[in-house]
Amino acid sequence: MRLYAVVAAGGFRRYATYRIETAAGVFTNTVFGFILAYTYAALWDERPQLGGYDMSQALTYVWLGQALLMTCVMMGGGFENELIERIRTGDIAVDLYRPVDLQLWWLAGDLGRAAFHLLGRGIVPMVLGSLAFDLVMPASPGTWVAFLVAVALGVVVSFALRYLVALSAFWLMDGAGVAQMSFLAGMFFSGMLLPLNLFPGLLGEVARALPWSALLQVPADVFLGKHTGWGLVRVYAFQAGWALVLLLAGRLVQSVATRRVVVQGG
Amino acid sequence: MAEVVDAVVGDAPDAVFVPRSRVVEGVRAYGLIVAMWLRSTMAYRASFVMMALGNFAATAFDFVTIVLMFSHVDVLGGFTLPEIALLYGSAGTAFGLADLLMGSMDRLGQRVRDGTLDTLLVRPVPVIAQVAADRFALRRLGRVSQGLLVFGYALVTLDIEWTVAKVVLVPLMVLSGAAIFSAVFVAGGAFQFVAQDASQVQNSFTYGGATLLQYPPSVFATDLVRGVTFVVPLAFVNWLPCLYVLGRDYPLGLPDWVAFLSPLVAGVCWVGAGLAWRAGLRAYRSTGS
Repeated sequence: MRLYAVVAAGGFRRYATYRIETAAGVFTNTVFGFILAYTYAALWDERPQLGGYDMSQALTYVWLGQALLMTCVMMGGGFENELIERIRTGDIAVDLYRPVDLQLWWLAGDLGRAAFHLLGRGIVPMVLGSLAFDLVMPASPGTWVAFLVAVALGVVVSFALRYLVALSAFWLMDGAGVAQMSFLAGMFFSGMLLPLNLFPGLLGEVARALPWSALLQVPADVFLGKHTGWGLVRVYAFQAGWALVLLLAGRLVQSVATRRVVVQGG
Repeated sequence: MAEVVDAVVGDAPDAVFVPRSRVVEGVRAYGLIVAMWLRSTMAYRASFVMMALGNFAATAFDFVTIVLMFSHVDVLGGFTLPEIALLYGSAGTAFGLADLLMGSMDRLGQRVRDGTLDTLLVRPVPVIAQVAADRFALRRLGRVSQGLLVFGYALVTLDIEWTVAKVVLVPLMVLSGAAIFSAVFVAGGAFQFVAQDASQVQNSFTYGGATLLQYPPSVFATDLVRGVTFVVPLAFVNWLPCLYVLGRDYPLGLPDWVAFLSPLVAGVCWVGAGLAWRAGLRAYRSTGS
C-alpha cells in the first residue's frame, strides 16, 4: 500500500514539473471555456431550463467540463501512450517480472496525475470563468465532498478504459487507431461537447448508460446538486459499477495478453 | 580532350547550383519532404484510411453537436441551421487546408526541447519549409472533406441571391482564410522558440479560432468580436465574407466592402508571421544535446 502511495506521489510530482505547459494548458482551457460558454448562453437564451438546467447551471457545466477535461482525461492521452510504447518495444516483459501489480501500479500513478491536474488545470479556469459569468457554486461543504468523490470515481473509470486501450497494443502493436476511437467516444459520450441530458431519445438513454458519462456528466450533476440522498448513492453505484467491471475486464485481458508475451518470448 | 574537360568543369557548377530565390527553394524543399512523407504514409494504406476516417469523424462530431443543439431550438444567436452550416463549413475548410499545409508547426516546441531542430538548421534548405512539412499528415484531408461537405450542404440548402461579387467572394474567402490560419500557425511556431512547451497556446488560437468561427458573431461578446477582428483578424477568415453572402448585418457596424479585404488581411498576416518567425529563429539557442 505504501508503495502505491509513493507511486501516486511520483505521478503528481512528475506533472507538477511542467509549469509552463500547465500555464499554457490553463490558457487553452480558459479560451475554450469562453467560446463554449457563449454558445451555451445563446442556446439557453432561446430555451431557458433546457435539459433541466437554468442559464447559470449550464454555464457552470461548461467550466466544470474545462476543469475536469485533463483530470478525467476525456480526450485520452497520458499513461496509456507510455504503456503502449512499452508493449510495442517489449519492455513490458521487464515490468511483468517486478513484484508489483501492473494494473495497480499504473492506476496509482494515474491518480497522482489526476490530483495534480485537478489543482493545476482545474481551479484557475473555474475562477476565471466565475469572474466573467454568473456561475453557481455549491453552498454546503457536503456537496463539495460529494463532488470530489464523484470525480475520483470518474478518474478510476477513465483509467480503466484507457488501460484497456493500452492493452489492445498486445494484439495490434500500433495503438493509434484504438486510441483515436477512444478519443472520439470520450469527447462525445462524456458530455464534453453537449450535456447528455440534451441528447434526444434513445441516443440520450444509451449515452447516459455508457461508462463515459461517469467522467463528466455525473460529477457535474453532483456539483450542481442534482443528486442528493439516495440519488447520490445511485450515481456512485453507477460509477463504481463501471469502474469495477472495466478494471476486471482489464485484469482478464492482461492475463490473456501476458500469456501471449511468454509465447512470443517477450 | 582538354576542351571537353573544360566544358564539363565549366558547365557543372551552373547545372548543379542553379541560383534560385529563397521562396522557390523553400517551396521545392517543402514539396520534396511532403512527397517523402506521402510515400511513407502510403506504405500502410489500411492504416492511412483508418486515420483519415478518424480525422473526418473527429471533426464531424462538432457538427453533430450543433445539429443536436438545433433539435431543441430553431435559431441560435438569430441564425438558422443552414446559415450556421455555412459558417461552419467555410471555417472548417479554411482551417483544414491550413492544418494540412502548416499543421506540423506545433511540433516545433518538441524539436526545440529535444534538440533535433539543430539538424534542420545545418541543411541548406529554409527551416520553415522543413518544419512545416515535417511528418506531413495527409489524413488531415479528413477535416477538409468534412468541412467541404457541410459547406456544400449549406450552399444547396440556403436560398442565396447570387451576384457576381458573391460568386467571386466564396473561393476567395476559403483561400484567404486558409492563408490567415497558416500565418497563425507560423506565428505560433515562432512563439514556441521562446516558450518551448507552450504548444497549447498555439492550439487556443488555431483550434479555438476555428471553433469560434463556427458560430455567428452575434453569439459572442462585443469585445471578443473586436479582438478577433482587429487584433487576431480571424473575422476575415469567414465571418465577414459569409455575412456578405447571407446579406446580414456586420458586427461592429463595419462597412459593406470589408468582406473583400480578406486577401489583403491575409497578406498582412503573412508579413507579420514572417517577421515573428525570423525573430524567433534568431533568438533560438540550442540545448546542445
